[in-house]
Amino acid sequence: MTQLSIDQIQAGDELPTLSVDVTPTTVVLGALASRDWRPMHHDKDFAVNRNGTRDIFLNTPNQAAWFERYVTDWTGATGRLGKMQFRMRDSVFPGDTMVIRGKVTNVSTDDSGCAWADLDLAMTVNDKITTSCKARVAVPSGSGDNPWKRRGSDWQPNGPGNSNAKANGS
Amino acid sequence: MIEIPNEVGDWIGQPRYEEDTEFDVERGYIHTTCSSVENGNPLFWDDKVANELTDGPIAPPTMLSVWFRPHHWAPGRKKQAQPLQIHFDLKEKLGLPEAIMTDNTMTFGEPVRPGDRLKTRQILRSVSEPKTTKLGQGRFWEIEVEYTNQRGEMVGIESYTGFGYRRGA
Repeated sequence: MTQLSIDQIQAGDELPTLSVDVTPTTVVLGALASRDWRPMHHDKDFAVNRNGTRDIFLNTPNQAAWFERYVTDWTGATGRLGKMQFRMRDSVFPGDTMVIRGKVTNVSTDDSGCAWADLDLAMTVNDKITTSCKARVAVPSGSGDNPWKRRGSDWQPNGPGNSNAKANGS
Repeated sequence: MIEIPNEVGDWIGQPRYEEDTEFDVERGYIHTTCSSVENGNPLFWDDKVANELTDGPIAPPTMLSVWFRPHHWAPGRKKQAQPLQIHFDLKEKLGLPEAIMTDNTMTFGEPVRPGDRLKTRQILRSVSEPKTTKLGQGRFWEIEVEYTNQRGEMVGIESYTGFGYRRGA
């Protein structure tokens, strides 16, 4: 598996595209793996007649898992997610081909020396965005650095000027 | 649409439902989740890599909410427990039978590890004025969930925006 460091990343870089043919099993497995027992993720009658959707659809936690897999496929195992923000615009249904794309919007190093890549990600079906996501992932700043070893004030997932001590593990 | 009851207004900013998760973080769910999205990250499959990079096995960070979702059934439970109970409380108190989540923000702290027992608490941050969308008329609300481990370390914070609505209203 690739292990990207910050010197290999630039703003504007595009991540490799991931394409997935979604089946009922994709949706149901994702819902049960995330312990989401709500019927709109496994019961088509409920989804259609109560929710007004055309079928069962991918749940939010499983979409998060897809985005995480997408980001760390790119960074390698040393990539450590700091933050993810999603906006669900439409649903992903069985029969859809789900395509995830991503682009680096910024690279930076914070005052602790932690190197960050900010990403704009999109989950699409037929080129229409179903979920947009902004992710912030820490990668090694150079040989010998490992974001996973950062603790306390050396881990700033909210970014500079927006510190959230509660999320620092301190 | 009914006004926001005083009781709901009083919830804003107040931690509620402070509780332990129902089971320890465990590798079965970690592997099932990775399997569901074909995530081959060796951190979750190869102890040698996990020992080297993360001082032992960890869970994928985005699994945060998995650990606080209650069992579908448990002995002695009279009513099905709901994750994000405030969300369901709001649906009931505001008379909005349907709801979806529109936005979700996750901030990750200390890694979650197999064997951890997490604590969570939920905080209602806001409730909007009535809004009309293609789904119907309703209100948006924002709920924050804080997660700590058994050592009191913050492992993550999630923020959800929900839209409760009445179809065709």
